[in-house]
Amino acid sequence: MGKLEGKVAFITGAARGQGRSHAVRLAQEGADIIAVDLCAQIDSVAYPMATPDDLAETVRQVEALDRRIVASQADVRSLEALQGAVRDGVAQLGRVDIVLANAGIAPMGEGSETPQAWQDVLDINLTGVWNTVHAAVPTMVEQGDGGAIVLTSSTAGLKGIGGDSPGGEGYTAAKHGVVGLMRTFANTLAKHRIRVNTVHPTGVNTPMVVNAVMEKFLAEDPSIANAISNLLPVDMIEAVDISNAILFLVSDDGRYVTGTTLPVDAGILAK
Amino acid sequence: MTGRVEGKVAFITGAARSQGRSHALRLAQEGADIIAVDVCGPIESIGMYPPATDEDLAETVRQVEALDRRIVATKADVRDTAAMKAAVDEGVAQLGRLDIVLGNAGVFEIQPALELSDEAWREMIDINLTGVWNTCKVALPHLIEGGRGGSIVLTSSTAGLKGTPNTIHYTAAKHGVVGVMRTLANEFAQHSIRVNSVHPTGVDTVMIQNQKTWGLFAPDDPNPSREKAAPIFESTNALPIPWVEPVDISNAILFLVSDEARYITGVTLPVDAGYTVK
Repeated sequence: MGKLEGKVAFITGAARGQGRSHAVRLAQEGADIIAVDLCAQIDSVAYPMATPDDLAETVRQVEALDRRIVASQADVRSLEALQGAVRDGVAQLGRVDIVLANAGIAPMGEGSETPQAWQDVLDINLTGVWNTVHAAVPTMVEQGDGGAIVLTSSTAGLKGIGGDSPGGEGYTAAKHGVVGLMRTFANTLAKHRIRVNTVHPTGVNTPMVVNAVMEKFLAEDPSIANAISNLLPVDMIEAVDISNAILFLVSDDGRYVTGTTLPVDAGILAK
Repeated sequence: MTGRVEGKVAFITGAARSQGRSHALRLAQEGADIIAVDVCGPIESIGMYPPATDEDLAETVRQVEALDRRIVATKADVRDTAAMKAAVDEGVAQLGRLDIVLGNAGVFEIQPALELSDEAWREMIDINLTGVWNTCKVALPHLIEGGRGGSIVLTSSTAGLKGTPNTIHYTAAKHGVVGVMRTLANEFAQHSIRVNSVHPTGVDTVMIQNQKTWGLFAPDDPNPSREKAAPIFESTNALPIPWVEPVDISNAILFLVSDEARYITGVTLPVDAGYTVK
């Protein structure tokens, strides 16, 4: 029997990388999935973003586990679009218990030098998280069964790293902002037994981090490469490591854990 | 189905009852063998709840063995480094290895700061801080020698992150535990030894379920009780619950020591129903 039997999870940025890993890991434990992803490029982001084929692959992998998934292309910058995705998902899957605000961009290096990069990363990585929570919470409150929300922040949500471009500064500011949102939601939603926590990954082996743009950015600024070098002897961690932490937080094993910032960072923040 | 800590050995202090026993059972359910210690006796400056006994430790042994896991239990005081070393050395000799260390043993007492005696301060620091370090000190050589890394979880408290009136010695010691955790996380990462702390809110054990603790919340009530204290405990948490169960701490620890958390180190993890965020 899975740890999430009968539950439904709403996951943003689910086409690939960490989002797909979360969808698959939660489905392995019995959850059905409402998945959204932009599946399109943003001008200030120089690395290739997810595609409709990526999202279709997530659908295939969840269905291969005999779980149901309702996937749609939606932009986290649009509250209306996310409300529509939740509405369709709940209509088909019956409910929503878990929210993973995972969608995010990392405009660093090439393309991140403009004020637009700052604006884009704030819109997606911070306002997008706010939209995600607000799209799902009314249904969760109405259900009256509590719930669990995990917001994906970053080591850059607790430490001033990310570089000196508008995109990098925006990334760090947005990821810190996510912590403020989490702490506020943890307090305001506690009466509904909805728990809210953040996870703070170090570099994860996904297309957002492992790409030519990021490689060039890190090579050109060794101080950043040093700031993001791990304490444990591991270069990069895997998406499933974040999924496992999230699984702990959203399952009954974490039933009284709320308001916490959980680093999954190979010790970077403890250095 | 293979357990989440199958084939591993865990050294647990304060294992006779409450959280310590719960950790022993939860890890044993997931396949670990246990090296257990407990002082099983009174502490001079701790008077508000009864001490653990030899029978309590024997009951932990019985319950672990009922799960078909092995346990080596010793009556030992965390303040006595030689006794702690003997206990862990004997446990490793019998069980063959060491992977997990839980610095759980601790005491609690309520006293307004200026009424606290020098002896009570010293005893608290000796047990709740030095005892935690002693636990790590005697266990680390085994983890290093094993060459497979390891995982240490130190039990701090919400009082390890936040100032808490009437418990200055307890609060200072529990903050100190965070310093021990952070230093060890840095010093032993090269050996793939992870070190984290957990920070429980009130846990439903004798340590908070006693007349003096209930009375702290209702100083004018001549007959304080669990029932009357519950709403006041609840008001300190964000979630609408008065306290958590020992197994909630065990589940957090199980996550931290399992491979699911293989890259988590140096982390303070509250299991506190939102006490610290409130």
